[in-house]
This record gives sequence, C-alpha cells and structure tokens, in this order.
Amino acid sequence: MRGLLGREGRSTLGGVVAANASGPRRVQAGACRDSLIGMRFVTGEGVVVKNGGRVMKNVTGYDLVKLMAGSHGTLGVLSEVAFKLLPVPEAEATLALEGLSHSRAVEAMAAALGSPFDVTGAAHWPGRGTYLRLEGFSASVDYRAERLAALLAPFGAVAPVASPWAAIRDVKPFHGRAGDVWRLSVKPSDAPGLVALMAAEVLLDWGGGLIWALVEEGADLRARLPGLKGHATLVRASAETRRRLPTFQPQPAPLAALSAGLRAKFDPRGILNPGLMA
Amino acid sequence: MDMPTPNPAVLARKARIVERLLGVLPKDAVIHEEAETRAYECDALTAYRCPPLAAVLPRTTAEVSAVLRICHAEGVPVVPRGSGTSLAGGALPTADCVILGVARMNRVLETDYDNRFIRVQSGRTNLSVTGAVEADGFFYAPDPSSQLACAIAGNIAMNSGGAHCLKYGVTTNNLLGVTLVQMDGTVLEIGGAHLDPEGLDLLGVICGSEGQLGVVTEATLRILPKPEGARPVLIAFDSNEVAGACVSDIIKAGVLPVAIEFMDRPCIRACEAFAHAGYPDCEALLIIEVEGAPAEIDAQLALIAGIARRHNPVEIRESRSEEEAKKIWLGRKSAFGAMGQINDYMCLDGTIPVTELPHVLRRIGELSAEAGLEVANVFHAGDGNMHPLILFDANKPGDLQRCEALGAEILKLCVEVGGCLTGEHGVGIEKRDLMTVQFTDADLEAQLRVKDVFDPAWLLNPAKVFPLRVTEGRRAG
Ligand SMILES: Cc1cc2nc3c(=O)[nH]c(=O)nc-3n(C[C@H](O)[C@H](O)[C@H](O)COP(=O)(O)OP(=O)(O)OC[C@H]3O[C@@H](n4cnc5c(N)ncnc54)[C@H](O)[C@@H]3O)c2cc1C
Repeated sequence: MRGLLGREGRSTLGGVVAANASGPRRVQAGACRDSLIGMRFVTGEGVVVKNGGRVMKNVTGYDLVKLMAGSHGTLGVLSEVAFKLLPVPEAEATLALEGLSHSRAVEAMAAALGSPFDVTGAAHWPGRGTYLRLEGFSASVDYRAERLAALLAPFGAVAPVASPWAAIRDVKPFHGRAGDVWRLSVKPSDAPGLVALMAAEVLLDWGGGLIWALVEEGADLRARLPGLKGHATLVRASAETRRRLPTFQPQPAPLAALSAGLRAKFDPRGILNPGLMA
Repeated sequence: MDMPTPNPAVLARKARIVERLLGVLPKDAVIHEEAETRAYECDALTAYRCPPLAAVLPRTTAEVSAVLRICHAEGVPVVPRGSGTSLAGGALPTADCVILGVARMNRVLETDYDNRFIRVQSGRTNLSVTGAVEADGFFYAPDPSSQLACAIAGNIAMNSGGAHCLKYGVTTNNLLGVTLVQMDGTVLEIGGAHLDPEGLDLLGVICGSEGQLGVVTEATLRILPKPEGARPVLIAFDSNEVAGACVSDIIKAGVLPVAIEFMDRPCIRACEAFAHAGYPDCEALLIIEVEGAPAEIDAQLALIAGIARRHNPVEIRESRSEEEAKKIWLGRKSAFGAMGQINDYMCLDGTIPVTELPHVLRRIGELSAEAGLEVANVFHAGDGNMHPLILFDANKPGDLQRCEALGAEILKLCVEVGGCLTGEHGVGIEKRDLMTVQFTDADLEAQLRVKDVFDPAWLLNPAKVFPLRVTEGRRAG
C-alpha cells in the first residue's frame, strides 16, 4: 500500500493482520484471516490474551483470532501472530485476454474461476488486459494453461504474459495520481453495473469481487451506489474528506451495536484508535 | 458430568411457556409431551441424556425469532440443535431448556455458479448441499464423516472439518454469510455473496461458537468446481514413527494432497474385520488422496511414492480404477462403525503439530497400557488432527469414568506438545472442564465477554464450552 498511499516505511505483519489485508490470491487461498492460526494481543485494559495456537485445526473456544484480524487495532494491540504456511509453488503462469468490456471480463473470470483448473488470480486492468494466474508444479501448470486457454477462447485471443500480480496487488495504476481511492468488496457479477454508476477509473481483482476505484477528490462514492450489497472503504483521501466521510461502510444499527459492544468490552476507555471503526 | 440445576421457576411455568410457543408455531412444531421430548435427550455423546422442557421445530427465520423472543421474555435457556450428531454434547439439553431444532429448515434458497455460492436454510444436511450442485460440476468442500446426517447449522456452530479440509479448509474458510437470530429475537444479516464482510469479523467469531451467540437460520456457502479427478494411494509401514515422518516429508515437498489419513494397527484390525477392505497387516497405514487431471494425479502420486520409498514402506498400493479407489477408502470410512461393533468407544479430537506425531502416538500407547483400555488411532495426519478412539464397556461399572480420565490425559498431552483440545468436534460439555489446561483466566475472560455482548442474559446454550465454575456468576445473572 506504500505506493498507493505515497508513504515510506515497511508494512509489519501486525498491520497486515489488523487490516486483514489480502492480495490477488484471496480468491483461491482465502483472506489473511484464513491463514492465521494463533495470536497474542493486549486489550485496552492492558490484559494479555492468547487465542488459537500453532496447529492447523483448532476449534477450542471462540475464534478470537478471526475477530482480531481486520479489527484495525480497535480491540487490542497484536504482539504475536502465527500463520499457516504453504510451500512456494514451483511454477507460475499468467494468461491474458485483451480488449474486454467490464462485463465480458467478469464473465471470462467467472468461467475461469468456475473451472477445475485451480485459478489463483483473476483480475481486470482496463486498457491493459484481463489476467488469470495458475500455480503449481510446472507440468501441471502447462497442462492447465492449455486447457484454460481453450476454455477462454470464446472471449478472444489468449496469450501468456509476464506476471502482473505485484502491480495489481499494489494498485499500481493509481500510484501518484490525483483523486481519492476507494476499495469495494461486492458480488463479482454486480461489479460491471456498479462500475457504470461510479464515474471512476477502476481496477478489478478477485474475479470482479474487489473493485479499486479512483474518483475525483472529495466525492462520496457511497452516495452513487444506493443499496450497495457489499461495502466500500475509503482508502486514500484528504483529511478534510475524511472528516466528512467515514472510512468504513456504515453498518445497520443492530450490527453496529454488537461491534460497539465488543469494543466496549475489549477497550472500555476507548483508547485504541478512537473513532476509527465507530 | 455436572450440569446446572434446572431453574425451578422455569419448570413450574412449563404449561404457560408451551402455550405461548403454540401461539407462534403450528401445533406439530411444539413437542412437549414427556414421551416425545425424549427424542431430544442427547446428541451423539450418548453417555449423557436429559429430556428438555420442550422442543420446537420452526420452518422460518420469523418463527425462530418469535420463539426466541418468548424464551427471552420468560428467561428460558435455549439449546439450538441441528441433527444432533455432536460428539461433544453440544446439543445436550437441560431439563429447563427449550431445544430449538432447525431440521425442518432444509431448503436451498439460491444457487449462483457465476459467483460460486449457495444459500441454504441451516437445517439442510451437509451432503445434500453438495447434492444440490453436484450435477453442475460443483461441490461444498467441508466433509465431516457424519455428512449424511449432520446439518450446516451444526457445522457452523462447531466449525466442522473433514478428511478433505487439508486442501480446502474447514467450515469457517468456506462460509460467506449467515442470517443470525439473537436471543432477544433480533434478526441479523452478516456477510453475503461478497468476500470479507465490513466491520469487525463477526462471522468469524460466530462460526465455532457452539450455539452460544445466536441461532443461525440461513447460510451463504462457498462452492467450488469439482476437480477433474481424484485418486488415493495406500502406503503401509511397520512403525508409527516412520509413517509420521513420511507425512512430514510429503508436506515439506510441496505436494498438497486433499487428504492424508492415518490409521494405526488396532484401527486397521478392527476395520479389516468389519469392512474386509483388504488392508495389509501392518503397524501404520496412510491413505493419501490427490486431485487433478489424470497426468497431474500420476505425477503427484509418483512424487509421493518416491518420498514413501525412502521410508521403507511395507507396501504401496495405488488405485488404477474407481473400484480400487473405493476399496482403499472403504476401511477408513467405516472406521467409526467398525469400532462401534467391537465396543463402546469415545472419540477424542485433539490437534498436535505434525512433527510431534511419533512422540504423541508412543505416549498414547503408554497411557493406554497404564489405564488398561485399548486405544485405536485414526486421524487427519496432514493437519495433525488426531482421533484416538478409546474402547470401553458402558455396561461395566467404572469403565466410562476410566475412559474419560484417560481421554483427559491424552488431551492434556496434546496441549503439552503445543496442540489443542479439539480440532473439529468442539468443546461442548465433553472438554468443558479441560479448558483451563489450554487457556488462562484472562484468555477465557476475553471469550466470555464476547458472549456477554451477543447474549447478555446468558440464555443460549449456557452450560457448554466453559467450565461451569467460570460461568457461574454470569449464568445466574
Ligand atoms: C460418526 C460421526 C462422525 C463424525 N465425523 C466428524 C468429522 O469428520 N468432522 C467433524 O468436524 N465432525 C464430525 N462429527 C461431529 C458432528 O457431526 C459435527 O460436530 C456436526 O457439525 C454436528 O452437526 P449437527 O447438525 O448434528 O449439530 P448438533 O449436534 O445438533 O449440534 C452441534 C452444536 O451446534 C449447535 N447448533 C445446532 N444448530 C444450531 C443453529 N441453528 N444455530 C446455532 N447453533 C446451532 C448446537 O447447540 C450444538 O452446540 C462426527 C460425528 C459422528 C457421530
């Protein structure tokens, strides 16, 4: 996110967990929280709490590990985290289609993700291409690439390309550009319709389920998407805009009440990131 | 096993409570005659039984909400129930409780292949979720051995796993959203067809909360395209240690099998006698299944066989046909049935780091000898989720107590080596009193506070998960 936010410094694992930040592999491997198996954190009252552990399967007691992941530091300060690791894949291949409209791109990505070829990335970079990634043992990747290319033939010419995934993860197209950046999680097939309402430049990841949108400064993107099923987060904006627009999608009252209740239990004095998720 | 004393005030008001329930549900959905409430007296932990005050079988979220509003107003504890296959006593009633069974809520509400999800009512059985999408080339991944009977409701409450979870994750990794009814009747929609719901991850903490935070009435589940094919290989060893080392090496090599199942000699013998699967007579046996196209399967199996050969296996048996594949799985799939034939058994569920496998199996052998009770091991070795089965005779006085004591020792051992009390069955009443072995008071307090927020009156399944002494003040208040 450094490039997108124009910041220096390095991400920490604690930060990644607190934001439940996940990249393009999310569609296949799950979110950050799905790889997280244990943690230690300190509540707003200074109490040290351990949850989960260092084993792959664990249903002992409530899963506070999930609750803490994505809590943006509002429930406690993470001091230790344990992840499940996977072997680095031997090979990777990316196939690209060119010139697809948003809706054709989402259809192509749905076809790929609905195939048995174990697609680990599906993104649409308007003006550049629609990308699909395969990973694993080389012979297997070669085989699946061939089958996937055949499956996608109705959408146009399919060509292998160099890996665009780091740029997609980092939202490269919006680096150094003026405007506010929003991040939306939606049902993939809703994406084209939503994009049409946004008046924004977009980058689609997760088969269309993740929309990165660049809009003019100060715009309230949520107001353009009434009845949005999913949620919109304001990722980059001026302090002035942030004063007007909440960072996170406002929740329905009973859910907001539960969240507020949890924060009051873990941080009774409200000293942890005050106001951020409220 | 202690259970709280039933609230006499609730028992005394039974007639009025039943009458109110009949006001919001059809007559056949309220079960209150003593002879009939017995059908709900236990789950699959049959050693403990207690008929509830009444049982209700609603058909809609609105009916569930109406029932909960009444129970909330009357101060009646509620124990949610799916199919009653919990091995931990999660659905065990108390005499003053209403069992809220979702078995009649079994409809498919929406299937969406473009976005790869299915929305169902929570009483639908696990296998019939896959059944609804199979013809179109999709499946629902978590596959507990009880999948023919158990409901999605129970799967969510216990965060259930299964043999194929090594690759696809457990329930929580395949759950996109729920409709949750709170104890006061409030209906919440959490998550949906999009990924990663906004705000705090309430879905993540609801999954695995054993029916203590709310009643799940509907669920949006991730479905996956079926792989092109799958094939198991059976590898036999003359020592548990060596089999355990082989498992570690396979995982390290970067192969990701969908399943790695482990059976030890007592288990192999019992399964053989029961199912005649033709297993070799050996000390330890691995069943490893891989997926993909035929060539991919061949390549992975060759890799696995290569690793196995370095460990001097007694036998490597590949499956060349559907028939042979079925035969390899036959014994494993009938393991619990086979055990049930010889004896009563208690199924444990601790998880350990995979590297501790040889040590833990040796210690279990020693503990078993000390206790004079036989233990058979069958488990998901890829993720270290053990299922020691302790054999005992329920008709022999003292045997159940000895079995429980041995079970506790084995679970403590799991925690001692860096593991946990339960990998997929849940705590229920069975492991409730061992929670302090794994957690400090502060760790438990943090969990209790979550329940305080969702169910301030502590009426939902209140006697489970936590030691009774720990929840005493809360349950009373
Ligand atoms: C032979 C056998 C094999 C098994 N194999 C496996 C296995 O491989 N993997 C595995 O993980 N488990 C296994 N189990 C355990 C059991 O099947 C699972 O725990 C299952 O998920 C329970 O589902 P159920 O519908 O029967 O739930 P129940 O037993 O009815 O209830 C289980 C828990 O869920 C709660 N609950 C039920 N419905 C709701 C609801 N609507 N809302 C909120 N809470 C609710 C209950 O209060 C209870 O705490 C096995 C059991 C048996 C008997």
